[in-house]
Amino acid sequence: MIDRRLFTHFEWRILGVVLLLSSIGLLNLYSFTSNGEGTLSPLFLKQMLWLGIGLVVMWAVAFIEYRYYADFAYPIFFILLFLLILVFGFGVITSGARRWIRMGSFSFQPSELMKIALIIALAKFYQRPPDRKGYSLKELSLPFLFLLMPVILILKQPDLGTAIILILIFFSILLFVKIRFSSLLLLMGIGAALIPLGWSLLKEYQKKRILTFLNPELDPLGAGYHLIQSKVAIGSGGVLGKGFMKGTQCKLGFLPEPHTDFIFSALAEEWGLVGCSVVMGLYLILILWGLRVVIQSKDRFSAILSFGAVSMLFWHTFINMGMAMGMMPVVGIPLPLLSYGGSFLLSTMMGIGILFNVSMRRFLF
Amino acid sequence: MIELNSQRLEDFKERYPYFKIFAGVTFLLLFLHLWYLQVFKGSEFRRLSETNCIRIREQIADRGMILDRKGRILAHNRPSFEVFLVPEDSKRNPEVLGKVSTLLHLPLEEMEEKLRREKKRPAYRPIKIKSDIDWDQLCLLESNLIHLPGLQVDVIPRRFYPYGTLASHLIGYLGEIDENELKERRDQKYRIGAFIGKSGVESLWERDLKGVDGGRQVEVDALGREIRQLGRIESIPGHNVILTIDLDLQRVAEEAFEGKNGALVAMDPKTGKILAMVSKPSFDPSIFARGVSPAEWKELLEDPFSPLQNKAIQGQYPPGSVFKIVTAIAGLETGAIHPHTQFHCNGTFPYGNRSFRCWKEKGHGAISLHRALVESCDVYFYQVGLKVGVDGIAYYASKLELGKKTGISLSHEKTGTVPSTSWKKKRFGVPWYSGETLSLAVGQGYLNSTPLQLAQLISIIANGGKIYVPQLVERVENLYGELVRECPPVEIGKVDISEETLRIVREALRGVVHDPHGTGAGCALKGFQIAGKTGTAQVIRMPDDFKRGQLYRLPLKYRDHAWFVAFAPYEDPKIALSVLVEHGGFGAVAAVPIARKLIEAFFHLPPSTPEKGPKDLEEEEYD
Repeated sequence: MIDRRLFTHFEWRILGVVLLLSSIGLLNLYSFTSNGEGTLSPLFLKQMLWLGIGLVVMWAVAFIEYRYYADFAYPIFFILLFLLILVFGFGVITSGARRWIRMGSFSFQPSELMKIALIIALAKFYQRPPDRKGYSLKELSLPFLFLLMPVILILKQPDLGTAIILILIFFSILLFVKIRFSSLLLLMGIGAALIPLGWSLLKEYQKKRILTFLNPELDPLGAGYHLIQSKVAIGSGGVLGKGFMKGTQCKLGFLPEPHTDFIFSALAEEWGLVGCSVVMGLYLILILWGLRVVIQSKDRFSAILSFGAVSMLFWHTFINMGMAMGMMPVVGIPLPLLSYGGSFLLSTMMGIGILFNVSMRRFLF
Repeated sequence: MIELNSQRLEDFKERYPYFKIFAGVTFLLLFLHLWYLQVFKGSEFRRLSETNCIRIREQIADRGMILDRKGRILAHNRPSFEVFLVPEDSKRNPEVLGKVSTLLHLPLEEMEEKLRREKKRPAYRPIKIKSDIDWDQLCLLESNLIHLPGLQVDVIPRRFYPYGTLASHLIGYLGEIDENELKERRDQKYRIGAFIGKSGVESLWERDLKGVDGGRQVEVDALGREIRQLGRIESIPGHNVILTIDLDLQRVAEEAFEGKNGALVAMDPKTGKILAMVSKPSFDPSIFARGVSPAEWKELLEDPFSPLQNKAIQGQYPPGSVFKIVTAIAGLETGAIHPHTQFHCNGTFPYGNRSFRCWKEKGHGAISLHRALVESCDVYFYQVGLKVGVDGIAYYASKLELGKKTGISLSHEKTGTVPSTSWKKKRFGVPWYSGETLSLAVGQGYLNSTPLQLAQLISIIANGGKIYVPQLVERVENLYGELVRECPPVEIGKVDISEETLRIVREALRGVVHDPHGTGAGCALKGFQIAGKTGTAQVIRMPDDFKRGQLYRLPLKYRDHAWFVAFAPYEDPKIALSVLVEHGGFGAVAAVPIARKLIEAFFHLPPSTPEKGPKDLEEEEYD
């Protein structure tokens, strides 16, 4: 199954980018988890272990011929859906949310893997081309169902961040595969009509919650406080940063969850504009390379599959950085390869694995 | 394997440039914003970060008041001055600790220990050093505040109960939120160290009483002094909870228990609303509001009379002769007896190889139902019990809501026990002995009930069979006196017992108080019709040769519990009550006078001496 030609088309430079980002992530995590006594924190060790597992998984995803993904697209999707229901009933509760399934001493979040499963399922569905004008709304009812089922389950957990990512991936793919212009207008019209209607149905406190979500400064004691601290952290980094292990904002506990959602603030504080530009550049390289993989692919399935993976990486990167800088609502969306978290690292590595997979096979068949 | 489709790939190529440009532009925007933060505003943010000078000053919401049915305040808040230290601001000036220590007469080690314990928490969070400082200390601190960086004095509302121990079990108390409560109430924004209702109304109506905390985001200088306010959220005071109890009646009830332990429940039989609820000994909830000391806590827990327990809903005692009401109903309803059925009582009743005694050694002679209830003849009810059988009695007991929670909105209510053959099989794995039916018929043995259950029982008899859920809260109002929630009476059904049976029993209960040999004669008031039933709950089984008159020679903890249940007025009941005096001896002696005082107070009758003097009571001993 593994063709020698695969290796000749493997993009070693991109692998270099991935490894570089992962190393920066580990370094960053080390900086603010270290207790100054020279011992490594369990958080750091766990992330190293996950990174090892992640690289193996990436490799595996890259080498399995993507035809198999097309064959098993729907079963994979429904297995993940079943796991989400299982989480709903028997999941482990951490910080008030039910997201994890425990297997031995490791626990993982099916919602993370659902992102990949949704991409595969949508690629399978859209691989049958529409007519010249594009897909009609009626044809799109099944993909909408694919979106709705996991989103509802994930919102119930509650995990707003992952649900938003699923929705963004879905609509990115929708725009990519071409939807009928009239359908697109209708969809936008329905959306525009639903917003005021839904708004009027909400209770006062729910409205307030959404407003603070959109504008954290309305809640100076909660989200607004975190946001201003995040901005202080980023801004105080300046051009050159405070230096490795020299950050203060994150270490003093001014930021909630600095190792996941606000990881970028920690990075910006210590490495400044220079360090952040390098990291942003690496992400941009990864994303632009991903887009090239998409248009070089030989069939609809692999094109949509790789496009889904690129859009996932893009939205995570963009929203996370934007949120930390106060350009966007505060929502728990982690930064690929930098944020702590095993399941998230796995789904990111699978996404990159998909890109390698499609890229290597662009001259085959 | 499916055939992969390669049609219309040119669509994708067509859109590729747009996606590429979109990605490029968003990253450019990100970069520009980053540049704005780090270069353009970099020096400002660097200054903010170097002083770490943004703080949150919390403003705790005023907790709602608890009022009696006439609007008199049972719990409110008073301002308390509390001293906090922000470690982040004080660590640069280590001499602060020493100064505070001398000003407040606090041992330095104790303060250091407190700071050490909180080391894991963010350093900008204030840590409480001392609560409730007095006026002199406050003046001293305020005038020295400029030399004490990181020190902060806040005014915090503190719970205060103007009547001290009055109705403490019902009102409940506050305590610092613990980890489990924090987890359970994650959605409600409680902070570590917040006070939360731990028992009674304070706990069950927490959501209404709490209010919403507010606070301010401020910038402070290097000494921790406030420079400017960055944001503010006003706190919203909690709602007031108006109880069904009447302060005057409650006070009379508590005073009547002077020197005694036990419980009392008085309710309106037509609504189920609680008018007074006493559990003695009681405690002062104010000590919890300021944080109970380990020594005080230990004392409360180790007190043999368990002051923290609400005996009205948690104390489980055999109902004794009060239960004869149930046995009589079971007898009449099953047809085992009719009102004129006579049995003969000669003071003992031989059954099996034992002889069961009547409390009256000489016996009651030939006796029918009315007189058997009035004079509380044990032998009569032994025979009714045998005719009806254990399961028949249990059936009617649970119909009358015994053996299950009443559903009052107080936590940790106990169910009591109504034994039956299947219950005993399940619990002990052995069959029921028919001798035990005799004990059950007169309210002893495995049978257990709470004072609240017996108040509900007499209430059901009084109101003609309607079952109400006992209620403590009349309504909830907001700060401006506007109604937030009303609590109408909750009728959960009517007992399936005939009017005639209830009438016969009620008449007999009236006789208990008003007939010549009634055991409740101590409650008789001139020109006022009252119905009731006395009871004595055995704590230990008396040896066969034990003389009743020797009871007072027993150590207190072996003495019987005294019961009295009553309702008044007889024709149109407005109050139903149950009184339990722990180790009070006979119901007639210990419990009846308390009930009398309460009824007098409720109907504003002049205090009187009972028609039958205490002298008579001593001569004849009643059960």
